[in-house]
Amino acid sequence: MASPTASASTASGSKVLPLTQTSIGQKALVAITGALLYGFAFAHAAGNLQVFLGQEHFNEYAEMLQSMPKVVWATRIGLLAALLTHVALVVSIATKASKARPGRYRVDAPIAKDQSILERYARQTMLLSGLIVFAYLTFHILHLTAGVVPGLFFHRGMAFENLVYGMRNPPVAAFYVFANLLLGLHLFHGCTALFQTLGLKHPQWDARTKPLALALVAVIVGTNVVIPLACLTRIAGGELPDDPAELVIPLDEDDATALED
Amino acid sequence: MSESIDLKLHVWRQNGPKDQGRFEDYSAYAKNISTHASFLECLDVVNERLVLAGKDPIVFDHDCREGICGACGVVINGEPHGPQKATTTCQLHMRKFTNGQELYVEPWRATAFPVIKDLAVDRGAFDRIVQAGGFITARAGSAPDANDIPVPKPIADDAMDAAACIGCGACVAACPNASASLFVSAKVGHLGVLPQGQAERDSRVLHMVAQHEHEGFGGCSNHYLCESACPKEISVKWIARMNRDLLKASVTHAPPTKSGGGDG
Repeated sequence: MASPTASASTASGSKVLPLTQTSIGQKALVAITGALLYGFAFAHAAGNLQVFLGQEHFNEYAEMLQSMPKVVWATRIGLLAALLTHVALVVSIATKASKARPGRYRVDAPIAKDQSILERYARQTMLLSGLIVFAYLTFHILHLTAGVVPGLFFHRGMAFENLVYGMRNPPVAAFYVFANLLLGLHLFHGCTALFQTLGLKHPQWDARTKPLALALVAVIVGTNVVIPLACLTRIAGGELPDDPAELVIPLDEDDATALED
Repeated sequence: MSESIDLKLHVWRQNGPKDQGRFEDYSAYAKNISTHASFLECLDVVNERLVLAGKDPIVFDHDCREGICGACGVVINGEPHGPQKATTTCQLHMRKFTNGQELYVEPWRATAFPVIKDLAVDRGAFDRIVQAGGFITARAGSAPDANDIPVPKPIADDAMDAAACIGCGACVAACPNASASLFVSAKVGHLGVLPQGQAERDSRVLHMVAQHEHEGFGGCSNHYLCESACPKEISVKWIARMNRDLLKASVTHAPPTKSGGGDG
């Protein structure tokens, strides 16, 4: 006899949806990809703190990373996939949400007065901060990974000099600082939201979620804001000459080949 | 405090789901309102004056007028159920407003809640979500003995917190994504924590969430405005629990087979 509870369809005849078609499943993927990017942002910031150990040490660290091309490329491809998934799903979720809410109310209510200004602001500006952080990431990669930003010093194998001369340019340093403050807002909400979205709530952890988010953000944003300011004020890399033309630039293989031609 | 106030009252009028709708200024009909009146009684008074003036009265939903049925609810100056926390519109009193205050009264705004007329919206979507799984398939016969199934007190309290949801829709009205996550999670959760709700726990969350998507509500983006607006103060912890239940059920749930009877 068939079970009386056997019913694969809902009241209006719609079937159970695959996880990826529910906003909860999509949000879970956003949270997981966000966590991966979070991990990278943390490791990247922690590694970059070595700027304060001086030119030689920092360039050796950069060389050590570059000596593992398989790891570097696997990380890059993984992060790019995570970032694209994160952004694509958010666009899909936000599109659905804007269809669900046809218009705003006449008066903007001070609802959620029980939330702190920081929390409220971070929540309301997630899409905007995400967009600006995305633009910043693109610029950051063009500047210090690809080295194709016109007017900014770049020479492969000289990570320290590339960074220091880039940040001595006040508009560039200002953009780095501004974008990283927004990154901080984004990551603050991201960390607290992540536990909610994945359902990882428990009275014993809940009180620790916000301090954890604040601590992670403090490390990541603190580092990323301090480094440009330190370079700008010559606290870091002050020993480098004002004019990068005075640097002794070692010939790399490409240049050597070019000279031979 | 004075016993009556005059209001600068603007009310949303809309002839049906297809009509564009607009605000009408009813300040002339909202003078000398008793501060002891509830917000709905204020609308009653305005309606009586509108009828006397030969105008169409404002349509709004209401039933018990004691804060337990979930029928009433309008947005007052952007706040579902108005400015008082944990209070339905019918239990909100005019003493919470000041003389000469400007008020904009609107219906819940959500695609899944089409406006029937003026301030009344069709919340049938909530009924269909509950029909999709917000019940237990209980034997309908003689009443079971009390305490037949032992339920620990903390769990009974927790279930009651979620079951306090009256389905008014303020969570949807407050949400920037018009998501009904708080409603669905309360209905999933109040059965999900009890022993009686375990048998259908997975299929319940799968079906109710699918119906929620199907009705055209948005997703939760953790703004928690729903929790602030909820007249029954349902916690967003239920949304986390629903997320966890759905993620788990999606991985582990096997729908019952048609043949039945097991392998033996």
